[in-house]
Amino acid sequence: MTIDLKTIKHISKLSRISVDDAKANKLAGDLNSIFDFIEKLNELNTDNVEPLTSVAETTLKSRADEVKSENIRDQILKNSPDENEDFFVVPRVVE
Amino acid sequence: MTKDNSEYLIERRDNVYEVVIGLEVHAQVTSNSKLFSSSSTTFGAEPNTQVSLVDAAFPGMLPVINEYCVKQAIKTGIGLRAQINKRSVFDRKNYFYADLPQGYQISQFKYPIVGEGTVVLDMAHGQKEVGIERLHLEQDAGKSIHDMDPQNTLVDLNRSGVALMEIVSKPDMRTPDEVSAYVKKLRSIMRYLGTCDGNMQEGSLRADVNISVRIKGSDKLGTRCEIKNVNSIKFMQMAIDYEANRQVDLIEEDKTIDQETRLFDTKKNETRSMRSKEDAHDYRYFPDPDLLPLEVTDEFIEKLKADIPELPDDKKKRFIDEFKVSAYEATILVSDIDTAKYFEEVVAKMGKNRDMKLAVNWITGELFAVLNNKNLEITQSPISAKNLAKLINLIKNGTISGKIAKTIFELMIDGDIDPQIIVEKKGLKQESDPKALEALIDKIINDNREKAIEYKNGKEKLFGFFVGQAMKASSGKANPQLINEILKKKLQ
Repeated sequence: MTIDLKTIKHISKLSRISVDDAKANKLAGDLNSIFDFIEKLNELNTDNVEPLTSVAETTLKSRADEVKSENIRDQILKNSPDENEDFFVVPRVVE
Repeated sequence: MTKDNSEYLIERRDNVYEVVIGLEVHAQVTSNSKLFSSSSTTFGAEPNTQVSLVDAAFPGMLPVINEYCVKQAIKTGIGLRAQINKRSVFDRKNYFYADLPQGYQISQFKYPIVGEGTVVLDMAHGQKEVGIERLHLEQDAGKSIHDMDPQNTLVDLNRSGVALMEIVSKPDMRTPDEVSAYVKKLRSIMRYLGTCDGNMQEGSLRADVNISVRIKGSDKLGTRCEIKNVNSIKFMQMAIDYEANRQVDLIEEDKTIDQETRLFDTKKNETRSMRSKEDAHDYRYFPDPDLLPLEVTDEFIEKLKADIPELPDDKKKRFIDEFKVSAYEATILVSDIDTAKYFEEVVAKMGKNRDMKLAVNWITGELFAVLNNKNLEITQSPISAKNLAKLINLIKNGTISGKIAKTIFELMIDGDIDPQIIVEKKGLKQESDPKALEALIDKIINDNREKAIEYKNGKEKLFGFFVGQAMKASSGKANPQLINEILKKKLQ
């Protein structure tokens, strides 16, 4: 698998991280060397092996359907980029 | 019987097109707390007051699954006669949007909790089966508000993290009526199970509609478009109508249909492309490393199965067998669990000498009309099942006529008054004494001798006039059957 500039731009858009052309070229090089290294794993036959989702030898922990959280709006909203006592405020996103 | 069209075809020149529709229904799981956090799910709370650190995606917060939501999803799967998967996996569906603080939605992609199933629709032209592809659990996003601030979008995260069941149908529907029946049936099943309240106004049930068209008879699927987030059955039908015609026009003009996500503009009654969703299908799903696979045992599933109540299809069958109502009446009575409960309560209160026909007619006629007028659910009915049963018994045993019953019914609405008390207080008891009625009729014939002669000479429609006079003279209390009999005898 080779990472070209087009792929870099696409990933950059999807991840909302802006990457200029100079940086993109360097990134493509870096990523390709990483991928080349990972390619080695393809030498292993994994046809009948389920993907491993966790190395922890436990089962999924669950909880009962109880409301335990309280209203912490003031604390939560401190992270809003803009001030408003009720809502998070973000630049207008509308179709 | 409600009219529905078994065929929905679009004709252009010599070509006849059919529409292929599949639905992705998002049903909010009825639960106290969210899927992966202990915040409340109560609808209508002050904005951002039901948001925990998990829901707002603060660094280091870990999701812990709500076992009740898992049970709800499995119960729904059982109701859809579907395969329950003992092992399912949560994945991250990655996309950026202001109301999705994690930057990904926890969903199930490759291994959903519920597999293939079936929903049976009762259409006017017969039954129709719609296949279920899968049902999976996922988190809801927050709510973006665009109309409170002209420059900004406001975000309320109360809904963020609430459990949803996404129910994906096979592309088995062909008409807007089938889509309507399908959504209603899903809603009905989930309300019976108590797994989703089905409240479309509050957004507890909404759907993405997948539409493609093809020449009728073809077995190849056309290119489909997905209409996002339609929140009423009426809008689903309007969107299908618009979108199907748009696609047919493109084909007829030799243009290509782009597979894309569209939105339905309810004001303009049209669908249009959502450009922001161009990359939307590149979700880069991968198993969520914060969550281990969800595994359930046979025992766990069997326990839930044992708790499944009688579902609409079974209830309908029982109503037909036990109460001798028609298939059509049974369909109406069982469509909503609360209507079915009310009906059964009326039946029980009527006692031994029950009259099903009257019960069905009064519930689906007068009572539904009042509920409609007052915009009430049957659980808020101003007349209790007990008092409606009493009213029906008063008609059945001849104490009052059907016409008087309607007057009494109106009086019962204000305060759920016992009809027996109204009959006594207002003196509305039906006059069924033949002697008294004969005297009354003799007087009428005497007062209208000319009309009586005309009637005898063949002007038969005058019979109605005499009935009317008799009812008037008795202030509507005369037993109409007796009046008919006596009049016929006297006017011979």
